[in-house]
Amino acid sequence: MRTNLASEASPLSRRDLIKAGAAGILLVSFRLPIARAADESFAPNGFIRVGNDDVVTLIMPQVEMGQGIYTSVGMILADELDADFNKVVLEHAPPDEKLYANPAFHIQATGGSTSVRAFWMPLRKAGATARAMLISAAAQQWNVEPSSCRASNSEVIHDGSGRKVGFGALAAQAATQKPPSDPPLKPLKDFTLIGKPIPRKDTPEKTNGTAQYGIDVMPSGVQFATIAECPVFGGKVGRVDDTKARAIKGVRQVVVLDDLVAVVGDSTWTAMQGLGALDVTWDEGPNVAIGSAEVWDALRKASKGEGVVAKEQGDVKAAFAAGDRYEAVYELPFLAHATMEPLNCTVHFTKDACEVWTGTQVVARVQSEVAKALGLPIEKVTVHNFLIGGGFGRRLEPDMAVKAARIAQHVEGPVKIIWRREEDMQHDVYRPVYHDALAASVKDGKITGWTQRITGAAIIARWLPPAFQKGIDIDAVDGATDNPYGVPNVRVEYVRAEPPAVPTGFWRGVGANNNFFASESFIDELAHRAGADPVAYRLNMLDATPRLKAAVQLAASKSGWGGALPARTGRGISAQTAFASFIATVCEAEVDENGEVRVHRFVSAVDTGIAVNPDTIVAQLEGGLIFGLAAALFGEITIAKGRVEQSNFHDYRMLRINEAPKIEVHLISSTEFPGGIGETGTTAAPPALTNALFAATGVRLRRLPIDRDALAGRKPV
Amino acid sequence: MISLKINGQPRDVDTSPDTPLLWALRDLLGLTGTKFGCGIAQCGACTVHVDGEAVRSCQLPIGSVGERAITTIEGIGATDAGAKVQKAWLDLEVIQCGYCQSGQIMSAAALLAHTSNPSDDDIDAAMAGNICRCGTYVRIRAAIKKAAAA
Amino acid sequence: MKQSYWLALLAVVVIIAAVWIIYVPGPLAFAKGGSVALSDYKDGDPTGVPAKLSKDDLVSRGKYLTRAADCEACHTAKGGEPYAGGLAFNLPFGTLYSPNITPDKETGIGNWTDADFLKAVHKGIAPDGSRLYPAFPYTSYTLLTDDDVLAIKAYLFSLAPVRREAPPNTLAFPFNQRWGMVFWSLLYNSDERFRPDPKQSAEWNRGAYLAEALGHCGECHTPRNLMQALNNRKKFAGAVTAGWKAYNITQDKETGIGSWDADTTARFLAHGHVEGFGTASGPMGEAIDMSLMHLEPEDIKALVTYLKTIPPISDPELPVPKTTLASAFPKAHEISENERGAMIFAGACAACHGWSGESPVRSYANFVGGRAINDPSARNVAQAVIWGVTRHSPDGEVTMPAFGKAYSPEEIAAVVNYVTARFGAAKSNITAQDVVKIGQQASQ
Repeated sequence: MRTNLASEASPLSRRDLIKAGAAGILLVSFRLPIARAADESFAPNGFIRVGNDDVVTLIMPQVEMGQGIYTSVGMILADELDADFNKVVLEHAPPDEKLYANPAFHIQATGGSTSVRAFWMPLRKAGATARAMLISAAAQQWNVEPSSCRASNSEVIHDGSGRKVGFGALAAQAATQKPPSDPPLKPLKDFTLIGKPIPRKDTPEKTNGTAQYGIDVMPSGVQFATIAECPVFGGKVGRVDDTKARAIKGVRQVVVLDDLVAVVGDSTWTAMQGLGALDVTWDEGPNVAIGSAEVWDALRKASKGEGVVAKEQGDVKAAFAAGDRYEAVYELPFLAHATMEPLNCTVHFTKDACEVWTGTQVVARVQSEVAKALGLPIEKVTVHNFLIGGGFGRRLEPDMAVKAARIAQHVEGPVKIIWRREEDMQHDVYRPVYHDALAASVKDGKITGWTQRITGAAIIARWLPPAFQKGIDIDAVDGATDNPYGVPNVRVEYVRAEPPAVPTGFWRGVGANNNFFASESFIDELAHRAGADPVAYRLNMLDATPRLKAAVQLAASKSGWGGALPARTGRGISAQTAFASFIATVCEAEVDENGEVRVHRFVSAVDTGIAVNPDTIVAQLEGGLIFGLAAALFGEITIAKGRVEQSNFHDYRMLRINEAPKIEVHLISSTEFPGGIGETGTTAAPPALTNALFAATGVRLRRLPIDRDALAGRKPV
Repeated sequence: MISLKINGQPRDVDTSPDTPLLWALRDLLGLTGTKFGCGIAQCGACTVHVDGEAVRSCQLPIGSVGERAITTIEGIGATDAGAKVQKAWLDLEVIQCGYCQSGQIMSAAALLAHTSNPSDDDIDAAMAGNICRCGTYVRIRAAIKKAAAA
Repeated sequence: MKQSYWLALLAVVVIIAAVWIIYVPGPLAFAKGGSVALSDYKDGDPTGVPAKLSKDDLVSRGKYLTRAADCEACHTAKGGEPYAGGLAFNLPFGTLYSPNITPDKETGIGNWTDADFLKAVHKGIAPDGSRLYPAFPYTSYTLLTDDDVLAIKAYLFSLAPVRREAPPNTLAFPFNQRWGMVFWSLLYNSDERFRPDPKQSAEWNRGAYLAEALGHCGECHTPRNLMQALNNRKKFAGAVTAGWKAYNITQDKETGIGSWDADTTARFLAHGHVEGFGTASGPMGEAIDMSLMHLEPEDIKALVTYLKTIPPISDPELPVPKTTLASAFPKAHEISENERGAMIFAGACAACHGWSGESPVRSYANFVGGRAINDPSARNVAQAVIWGVTRHSPDGEVTMPAFGKAYSPEEIAAVVNYVTARFGAAKSNITAQDVVKIGQQASQ
């Protein structure tokens, strides 16, 4: 298998890799980037290039950040193309908003668990188109009807005569064929890759240190830098005394801009030492008055204000007039992304052009924002994308590239800017604080009315302004507007409330995080008030959503729902229709007398439609559940004096292997359109956990992260 | 000039002895498989072997390495335990984003070299210092057991 | 008649007891030597800077003495500008903030005359006549010569003025009544300059001046009496100061530093760490980094000579430190005894400290032989876990992160009890409540 994940290898790493290859450690091939592809290759669209050397190169419109998308996208393309998947080469797409726009956003972006859903048909069509053209070329050569030929394993075969020809030999002629307007797609039963657990393309080189992330790039002559921004959001650089920093051996340059400082050195270490020795007085600005208390006050105050109706169904007023009213409020804190690969970006600025190396979820936006910041025409900015060491939404922002480029403007030659973990954590775009007020009316044991008022930041308004219509952030209400329980009278309201000082952004699970935490906790509360079993209560209302109903039934049975448990151990369930997938998750958790929690097990059942790569789906759910659990147990960014109080993993905790539960994921076979999966575990875990904690202790937690004092009974909720 | 023995090869680095091994490997020797995660030995992404022990290279000054043999992710496949771990990692498709996995593999290889048939407690003791943000823990545990059985 | 006799006797006993309680011997009383005025001492000058620095200008000499007196540690807030004050001392009866001693005219001491400065340092009286709290160790500094005090002032006045107002103290009544210190000073401030002991060597006398007048070791290491004065009957026998245990530095072989040879003692003073003898952290780490590591070797030697003469006093609460390593990996029963502690140690601690207690990365992180890990009160281990440790040691910066914000008191108690059990000679059994209390006592 060959991969070509670094679209252009750097001289240093290339030399080292070849050396390593000679030692028999690995074999990596390097190919020219797409722009310089050989003329005789067949490139019917932006996703496929067939070389006359038989190499099929698949260009990845979506970035690989661990979700296995390169393999899934590759499988979809290769299956419809009938390419030999063992021999395909994968390549990062260059920035091109037209060719590689995500159909879900109309920009080139990877996020929102959209990749397979949004590209499913376009990629199949791309593959099928190329296949049809290759077949047509072969038929032409052989002078037979195209319909009498078929493709398999990168060959076109004419069964009547037994003739075969490889894709490579057909490339030149295929390029002259007229692309069919509506190429036939394979029926499901003919898929050879889709639906099978195919080994991932990106993992072998991740086991031996040869995978290249943005942070690994080494352009010839690169220098190393690290950055510091004012710890107070929005603050500026005041006075800088760099005497001590410059005195450190290996420190080469100190760059001071209006809002940040950077130290350049002959290694990242010397740069960090230099930064530590830099005497900076910050002009902290007005946000120094902001703390967590102000943030929560502002949010709660905003939640009382006028909202925009995001969904209105039936007669809510009448329903509430006739039934018993129940209410609850749920709140979620700021969260940092804390990707394992800290923010970094390498930039080589020359007088009239700029070259950027980074791992990003928005490669075209990086290109355009860097161009804008430097005042360059967009075509003068080259961006090389890389494997991503964790995105989770952080790399949906181009800010790190813009800052790096502004620094590089003052540096001779290429410079790699690495954020220290502390800087990464304190200059994130944070998952916003949310306040969800829910109310239900219950009559004769049935939920007759449901209102949900969501108060929080409108990330969409900043990130994708055209999608922000009528004051509704479609992300912030995601999951709230399509309640699966068949409640007849529903109103969902959204109140936009931008937190003071603190920048916000997408975080794995996005808006669905707060909505499912709120709605799945609230359903649990209603079940409890009704004296009903939480699973039975949900099943009763899921006739209109049979796929979710089946998932709830499966998760319940696989988890031994209803079986006996030791004292202070409980099971909780969450059910969700999220990202067009249907997932039920049972959590089993134990609480000790001090309120310390041990999660023993998650059991998830998922119907995600056609499972392109089933093992990847299982892995995404396993990982997503851990991600959501870590946040529910530990995650909270707090603000004091306008700055983030957390700094690194000692005070912003991650779940560790000895705290991780056992996880079982059960896939429900389906021929439905594929759904999203990357974020579903993250949204599933928190309500399943808090519902389990309620079952274990009788304490209902309506805020995250969990409050151990409340669980221990040391303080009221 | 400081002489180090890395993956069996002598390598010289010209930098101050307090430079952590991590940065000497990555920036001065181009061995970028060893990753920077936190800089305070809380995440394990920078794990290498020093005389076969798993060590956080972000905290180890090169001046204190001396004659001891350094093995990095680029060289771990040449060891028996390392090769088994790498294979098990692929067989069970452990890896997601992969950024922490150099460190995970190095910690797991050190564990297996030390304890050929590790219990869950042994795995916890050896692996809890390695954070994985993608949440691959379930598979890491399974893969270590598989590698041990191989 | 008989009754009055008994009453009188009782009164005498009470008075003797009260005097016994209230009266404390001077810092050098243990040496049982005579003393002479400095001017009468003919065996060299135990005060000032070391001979080789004596030709330096006043500010340079002042800098050396300022460091030897370790003014910076208390007069600098965490992360704040040096000498600009604001460090909070969390006392049982409220919080006291150190003042700004940079020459800023409004918020510092920029308007102080030499006489003002001398009066403050020797007598604990501010220029406005108000009394200083003895958190400022003027009962030690009173031993400093006028020349040395004024050299310190010259150095402080050479610094850039920093504008920083210390927050108001929050002491409860009656401790907020500064005038009460008048009586305390009468009892406990000798207001007398250092008097050498002619029977001791010149080196000893220099060591005594460094330890008592400048370094004020006893302020942390000597237990206090009911009146909060240093009880020199238990000189250097160990005490809790600012929430940290300042260990026994008498010559007791088992619980003090009597078994440390002169070289070990000297190296520890200069580095705050010696292989097999632990690592100074907390206030002692600061004392090393800001003060002792900057002393000339002959001054360190003089300190060692002096310390070697301190009478041994045993601390019954401390075991002999364990000097053997723990196993390379924990046994199952060690985990089951304290599962949560083992979990946290595995995740957050083992990478630096090693499962054996020998650090794979930095000898500063070694547990073996250290006093704190062998202290069953686990006070200093708890402080290190809660607040972390930052050492700007002669061997570079060494840090331990502060885990107190993200780990619960239960978790911290568990991991502290785990490490003392695994690595120490006597395991601790602290509770979450202890952790909260201990953590609040640290100066911030």
